[in-house]
Amino acid sequence: MRCEHRDGATGRLPPDAPRTGSTLTATGTLLRFALRRDRVRTLVWAGSVALLFLYAATALDAVYPTAADRQVRAQLVSSPAAVMMSGPGYGLDDYTLGAMVANEFTLWAIVAVAIMNILLVVRHTRAEEESGRSELVRAGVVGRHAPATAALLLAVVADLLIAVLSGLVLVAAGLAVVDSFALGAAVGVTGLVFAAVAVVTSQLTGHGRTASGLALAVLGVAYLLRAVGDVEQTHGSWVSWLSPIAWGQQIRAFVDLRWWPLGLSLVLVVVLLLAGSALAARRDVGAGLFPPRAGRAQAPAGLGGPFALAWRQQRGSVLAWGVGVGLMAYASGTFADSVREMVDELAATNPTILELFGEADMLAGFVAVMTVFLALAVGGFAVASALRARSEETSGRLEPVLATATSRTRWFGGQLAVTVLGVVVLLVVSGLALGLGALSVGVRDPGLGEYVLAALVYLPAVLALVGVVWFFLGWRPGLAGLAWVVLVWSFVVGMFGGLLDLPDAVMGISPYRHVPQLPADDVDAVGLAVLSAVALALLALGVGGFRRRDVVSS
Amino acid sequence: MTSTTSTTGTTTAGRDAAPAVEIHDLHKRFGAVRALDGLDLTVRPGEVAGFLGPNGAGKSTTIRVLLGLLRADSGSVRLLGGDPWTDAVALHRRLAYVPGDVTLWPNLTGGEAIDLLTRLRGAVDPARRKLLLERFELDPTKKARTYSKGNRQKVALVAALASDVELLVLDEPTSGLDPLMEAEFTECVREVVAEGRSVLLSSHILAEVEKLCDTVTIIRAGRAVQSGTLAELRHLTRSSVTVVTERDPSGLGAVDGVHDLVVERTPDGPRARFDVDNDRMQALVAALGAHDVRSLHVAPPSLEELFMRHYGDEVARLDRAGAL
Repeated sequence: MRCEHRDGATGRLPPDAPRTGSTLTATGTLLRFALRRDRVRTLVWAGSVALLFLYAATALDAVYPTAADRQVRAQLVSSPAAVMMSGPGYGLDDYTLGAMVANEFTLWAIVAVAIMNILLVVRHTRAEEESGRSELVRAGVVGRHAPATAALLLAVVADLLIAVLSGLVLVAAGLAVVDSFALGAAVGVTGLVFAAVAVVTSQLTGHGRTASGLALAVLGVAYLLRAVGDVEQTHGSWVSWLSPIAWGQQIRAFVDLRWWPLGLSLVLVVVLLLAGSALAARRDVGAGLFPPRAGRAQAPAGLGGPFALAWRQQRGSVLAWGVGVGLMAYASGTFADSVREMVDELAATNPTILELFGEADMLAGFVAVMTVFLALAVGGFAVASALRARSEETSGRLEPVLATATSRTRWFGGQLAVTVLGVVVLLVVSGLALGLGALSVGVRDPGLGEYVLAALVYLPAVLALVGVVWFFLGWRPGLAGLAWVVLVWSFVVGMFGGLLDLPDAVMGISPYRHVPQLPADDVDAVGLAVLSAVALALLALGVGGFRRRDVVSS
Repeated sequence: MTSTTSTTGTTTAGRDAAPAVEIHDLHKRFGAVRALDGLDLTVRPGEVAGFLGPNGAGKSTTIRVLLGLLRADSGSVRLLGGDPWTDAVALHRRLAYVPGDVTLWPNLTGGEAIDLLTRLRGAVDPARRKLLLERFELDPTKKARTYSKGNRQKVALVAALASDVELLVLDEPTSGLDPLMEAEFTECVREVVAEGRSVLLSSHILAEVEKLCDTVTIIRAGRAVQSGTLAELRHLTRSSVTVVTERDPSGLGAVDGVHDLVVERTPDGPRARFDVDNDRMQALVAALGAHDVRSLHVAPPSLEELFMRHYGDEVARLDRAGAL
């Protein structure tokens, strides 16, 4: 950045300095600075989304070469579980490669890009304010709205990049040009909606983590609304239309393209930005809309050890995740009767299929798929929770704790215990809520216990993720974030592994791959024991390294 | 390990007792950077040891080694008779630490952070905690994220001073405190010493060290360049004088206690710059009386000035050695 000096003797401004600043002064400089900070990150996200589309288009073409193959696939993705995980089902009667990509991959591209947008906006606005860095920036010749505008423009640049790259790879895979770029645009524009959501949530709270949590909760609700609407009715009911995610899917790319749903997204972006700027005008730098309240002058009796401290730090996020996962699981459970209806329909038209899969099998398969999905979400909590240890260290908060009579092993134990406790609670909640959802629509078999067991067998897999985090925390703390890569990979394998025909060895990197999918599979004690042993070994290695190495803040 | 942890407050340890801190020839590298390069440091029981040096000299690194947060590459380090790395937990019951840059848990109040830190250490004295909160005028009900730097510093100070420990390790503890609170801090440290406890006080402010410390170790580029009692280092406690006079001031160089005299011609008259030993000030004032003083400016020298003046060669040599 360029440094400008005022003429100290006379106080005159240099001739090129702006005399009348607007609230947007210096937006361009801040945008260039943000691009400089985020260039690698943005390219990685954009490249990953484009790769997802490229791989989807080429692999699907290889796995389902004929129209007949694709029609079988179309049958499969009409089940409620599949609809929840895919799209509104346009083109199922003539399931072309393009329709397949649009119906089954758009949702995940949108979710990934939405998460990118949320993290990006919060990182450049609220997190900057929280760290105090924005004070330094705002004290310069910088307009009030400039930092948020620059962050949003950065999101626009990233989304544009994603839209163009995605369109290009789809065209390269031999799909129709206009529809390819329309699909890319749908992903980009929907991502921008969530950037605007994050602009609003960043105004509500003084805490970056809470701001991104709120925005991610909005994403979760949008996901659920679309799922509920699309399961209710093929091509979506009115409930679907409440969700910005659905608008991106409702353009009917590769089937009967229409652009106007994206107009809804753009209108929503404008509305959210106006709301965000109105909220921003009502608060001070660094403050949220909700003023901080006075707290206790003395700590409660229980707050006296590493476990209590870690629990105090994380109990809010355990609660938030519990509510989110619980709602998601309960909503999914209520589709159990649709599974039954579909089986009845199938039995009427095609009795042979019932010989292949009985009704019980279909339900068990549904529960198994839902549980993998929920366990992957719990994996997200586990990685985030374990990585708290890293931010405790880099922020300098670990140092005064270790300067007391607290050993490194005890501190590690406290952190790990809270993570494991949170994981167990979330797995039990997701199993129970899934079962209760099914029970609420009159599906009594399998029983509640089976749902909980199906969820709890994922404990070793989730612990393996925690083990990956701690292994790196012990030996190469800077790389601990790689556990996210393992989780994302587990997700790709769990959702598309069979579909994309990936080699076993590559899929085996996912710890979830080694867990029996109850109640559809049988319990595989050996597999679970090996997975547990790997998780414990990683944790032991991690704490061993952590006890030996230097503790370094920032 | 240690069965007697409640000996503080009553015993005043003599000079012959084992040192609270004894560091000899300590080395620590971070990659290519030599943070500590053969450091020696001793804190005797019942004394306030000043640990003085410019930013980046290695003060905090030394303290982190003492706390068992960093592992020494080589050299011997004894803390309260134990090994700071292997006996960390047992030793930490007997000391309290105030970092130079305090970060707290954003969702805990100041009061909760104080209680947490004191409980993690062991004994808590509620009466002392209450008194310290009043003395430092700290509101313990505010969430830590709303505290200013000075208030975060006060949280760490109250947590440390409220504990009944043998050794206080203070890393630039007054940064961010206003002058009134700094005076309160000075008072607190004097009380601590009166109870027979030991203090290691790191600082880059010479005046603070002069005010509180019995002994001083000056560190530069990872090694001690001077150490001794304040009386032994008296030559460091000079003031810088700038005086404009009617008559030629060249003769001032002959006054006992005046060093490094430089005389310049200015439109207002001859201007003299020099240093004077603080305990020779009276002789200087008497001598100035004969020169018709037009303006007089006396200031304590900055630490950097001291280093450049007294250790210029030494520093240059160390820097060359460090660059190898």
